[in-house]
Amino acid sequence: MAASEGGSGGLTEYIGHHLTHLTVDDGHVVDHAHGFWAFHLDSVAITLGLAFVFIVLFGLAARRATSGVPGKLQAAFEILVEMVDGTVKETFHGKSKLIAPLAITIFALVFLMNFMDLIPVDFLPWAAHEAGIDHLRVVPTADINTTLGMSITVFLLIWYVGIAEKGVVGFFGEWFTAPFHAHGVVGKVLTAAPNLLLRVIEELVRPLSLSLRLFGNMYAGELIFVLIAGLTLESSFAHGSTYVWSAVQFVADVIWTLFHILIITLQAFIFGMLTIVYLSQAAEKH
Amino acid sequence: MGNAPQLAQVMSYTLIAVGLLIGLGALGTAIGFALLGGKFLEGSARQPELTPMLQTKMFIVAGLLDAVPIIGVAIALLLIFSNPFTGSFTGK
Repeated sequence: MAASEGGSGGLTEYIGHHLTHLTVDDGHVVDHAHGFWAFHLDSVAITLGLAFVFIVLFGLAARRATSGVPGKLQAAFEILVEMVDGTVKETFHGKSKLIAPLAITIFALVFLMNFMDLIPVDFLPWAAHEAGIDHLRVVPTADINTTLGMSITVFLLIWYVGIAEKGVVGFFGEWFTAPFHAHGVVGKVLTAAPNLLLRVIEELVRPLSLSLRLFGNMYAGELIFVLIAGLTLESSFAHGSTYVWSAVQFVADVIWTLFHILIITLQAFIFGMLTIVYLSQAAEKH
Repeated sequence: MGNAPQLAQVMSYTLIAVGLLIGLGALGTAIGFALLGGKFLEGSARQPELTPMLQTKMFIVAGLLDAVPIIGVAIALLLIFSNPFTGSFTGK
């Protein structure tokens, strides 16, 4: 069933091929990235494309919005906006015009990027292969660069919101005075070092865990889709076993897709939710 | 294939690592999910009107809980199907 693209390595070759990015280094498509400026063109292009889709769909829904009976598109976006709005109001107690649009952008964009996982795993790479592109990975969030890029952006935003709300002195002063609070000069000096240590660890762990969580889920999900697709690799209709494996493949694919609908929504929600939580922590005064 | 014994050794150690990655991850998550689900049922039995709110929060925590073992599973699958350590033997 699956298009076996070049080579004769069987399943391992097939999976390895699926896990190779369309890498561009110094203006040329390369097999293995060596240079610092090498980047994954497929992740970047698909992310930009999905962002464009999101903007167009949202703009259409907003432009055609009526106060009468809403259409399906408007109803869907209203549910999304109300959900994010409710979550932000529940979690974030400060005043900010940034948080809710940021949360809805993250949620919708991460959801769309995760959703690429539900497209049949060989379909877009096959189309790209026909168009002359050898490697294509369609799920941008299964690329650690995408998720790490987003979490570093969130990390910088946390600092920005923290400094904007508390000032430079207030924000960096907190590094030495929380979570252990002390009274008197001696106590403050004694708790400064452990406070700083804990804070530095926390600041480092946050973007890492945020990105690795999303990446790990999507990567494992994609790999399992590839494995299921590989069940009938290089099989022919002449063998009886092909029909058995096709049935197994169909059932496994349906089950994993259904489960994955839950996972992609949940992971998008968690990424957005944790962003709101971190930002509200940064804005809160102790 | 002069270095077949070394290749076999790398492969067997890799399989042990894969077993540990998936097995220990599953063990921890099983305990975590049992605690989470149990507390959720307990909480919604005591306060049935809070069930929708608790359910949302339970799913969030489930997603957080899910993440660590799934990273382990991803690494394990990578080790099985495109092992980076066998590259020096097969010349890739």
